[in-house]
Amino acid sequence: MNYSAELEQRFQRLVSQYPWKRSALIPMLLYAQDEVGYLSDEVVADIARRVELTELEVRNVISYYSLLRTKPAGKYVVQVCTNISCMLRGAEEVFNHCSHKLGVGHKEVTADGTFSLEEVECIGACSWAPAVQVNYDFHLSVTPEMMDRVLEDYGKKTRQ
Amino acid sequence: MKTLYTPTPLVSHPDEVRIVSKRWGQGAQTIDRYIELDGYKAARKALEMRPDDIINEVKISGLRGRGGAGFATGMKWSFIPKQSDAPKYILVNGDESEPATCKDRLIVEYDPHSVIEGVIIAGLAVGAKTGFVYLRGEYRYLLEIVEKAIAEAYAKGFLGKNIFGSGREFNILSHTGAGAYEVGEESALMESLEGKRGLPRLKPPFPAIKGLYGGPTVINNVETIATVPPIILNGGKWYVAFGPNEKNGGTRLTCLTGHFNKPGVYELPLGYPAKKMIYDVGGGIPNGRTLKAFVPGGSSTFLLTREEAESATMDYDWFAKRNEFLGSGGVVAIDDQTCMVKMALRIMKFYQHESCGWCIPCREGTDWLKKTLTRFHDGGGVNKDIDHMLYLANNMAGRTFCALGDAAAFPTISIVSKWRKEFEDHLDGRPCPFERTSSRDMALA
Repeated sequence: MNYSAELEQRFQRLVSQYPWKRSALIPMLLYAQDEVGYLSDEVVADIARRVELTELEVRNVISYYSLLRTKPAGKYVVQVCTNISCMLRGAEEVFNHCSHKLGVGHKEVTADGTFSLEEVECIGACSWAPAVQVNYDFHLSVTPEMMDRVLEDYGKKTRQ
Repeated sequence: MKTLYTPTPLVSHPDEVRIVSKRWGQGAQTIDRYIELDGYKAARKALEMRPDDIINEVKISGLRGRGGAGFATGMKWSFIPKQSDAPKYILVNGDESEPATCKDRLIVEYDPHSVIEGVIIAGLAVGAKTGFVYLRGEYRYLLEIVEKAIAEAYAKGFLGKNIFGSGREFNILSHTGAGAYEVGEESALMESLEGKRGLPRLKPPFPAIKGLYGGPTVINNVETIATVPPIILNGGKWYVAFGPNEKNGGTRLTCLTGHFNKPGVYELPLGYPAKKMIYDVGGGIPNGRTLKAFVPGGSSTFLLTREEAESATMDYDWFAKRNEFLGSGGVVAIDDQTCMVKMALRIMKFYQHESCGWCIPCREGTDWLKKTLTRFHDGGGVNKDIDHMLYLANNMAGRTFCALGDAAAFPTISIVSKWRKEFEDHLDGRPCPFERTSSRDMALA
């Protein structure tokens, strides 16, 4: 696997910093996914080797965590929280609006691969509801109208 | 992947007592500013204290776990054996994922060094040399803030082989999760940090005896650990006096969410009247509506009716007397135009999604309740479903491997029993009586 020099360096640090090597597994998977886009067979095999686990053991961990994925997603993953605090302030309308605008449903990817959409559980932004996370960026107290601008801005970034 | 950082909005109210939130919005992310604002004084003081005296001070303070369980912090620390062949650890639980809870985020965002300082003091108290700060995977921007703060503390010599020139060693590592509510349970948190699926462990042995990597481990919530430095600096007696009694000491961060005119995170003394919190601090209920239901501390707690909420005080005792829980500080106001069947359904959908599947009552119970509530809300309910839901929830409570089963059962039991009429109004294929009132006008209000 060819990772960026920065990620390679991070991996070296991670595998050596914990009392047990295996502790590095979850951060490594997440950082690899950030760079590659998803946990491909190649990434899984590579990380398994680095932390001295079998691929099966690694896959067993991947399937537990909601942020980890083994299939490609959009460049920007739009995660709309619909848990109670967000629901009470209009999260369902926000989700439906994004779904309509992007033309995709829950866990689907737009045809051009720019966006994927997900309805997610509480993202810890409850006092600023409804909240949306695009990749790791938080967008707080959003309205459907605000989401139009947010999505357009990310769309522009892709075209640049 | 670069994260976009927009500061999270802060609020204030004259009744607040700012202890944990003292430095918010004052630039304390940088170590020099933190030091200017009395930072690291408590760690220096703790270095001069005997470990038992540190623990005693925390016991006197009445500090209880702010993650939701409310266990006495000083007591928890005192369970760590003095002698241990295996290394001891401090583990900070920053997996904040209890619905309606968004306070740890602000501590790490605006005052990351208070967490580092709290971990150092906990380490001195129990004889640990290593601390971990575990943050949920979604909080990437906070991980970046904490990593920078830890690096600054090493550069100053506050962490490392010779902290504050004392000849003593202490190290802190930050760690990211990857999305899982269950990992907030302390034994599942350790499993996750060890690189495994976040399944809870059988207890005993408790983490204080055999925890992370098999060593004695203190696990504290972010807010709990950030409260330790001011307690050490000013004394346990000073802190406890802010609350109503010795078992309900100090203040806590309260996240006002849902139907409030002024939502936000406020630091209020324990024992604060809920009525004043709802109508004064939170500014009351928007759009001229009235309060119907009240979540005191995260979606795992028993919901209160308006009458109950207006007579409550926000301390552990008031809820304990009713065999209920103050919870995590995540308060939700629910107005009179909200369907309680839908609330019960949304809450159950969450627990069903997050159940780790390890034990049967939780895995099957949450799934059946979600299916029943979905059918019920869609108009396909029959009268006997109502008691059946109570039967399922009551059989889940207290019978699961970890507290997630209880967490799913408690809100369900309270909603079905207190708002039974709303369930009856959904019977016989009748449409949801609240469906026409969109929550959209809430968002646009």
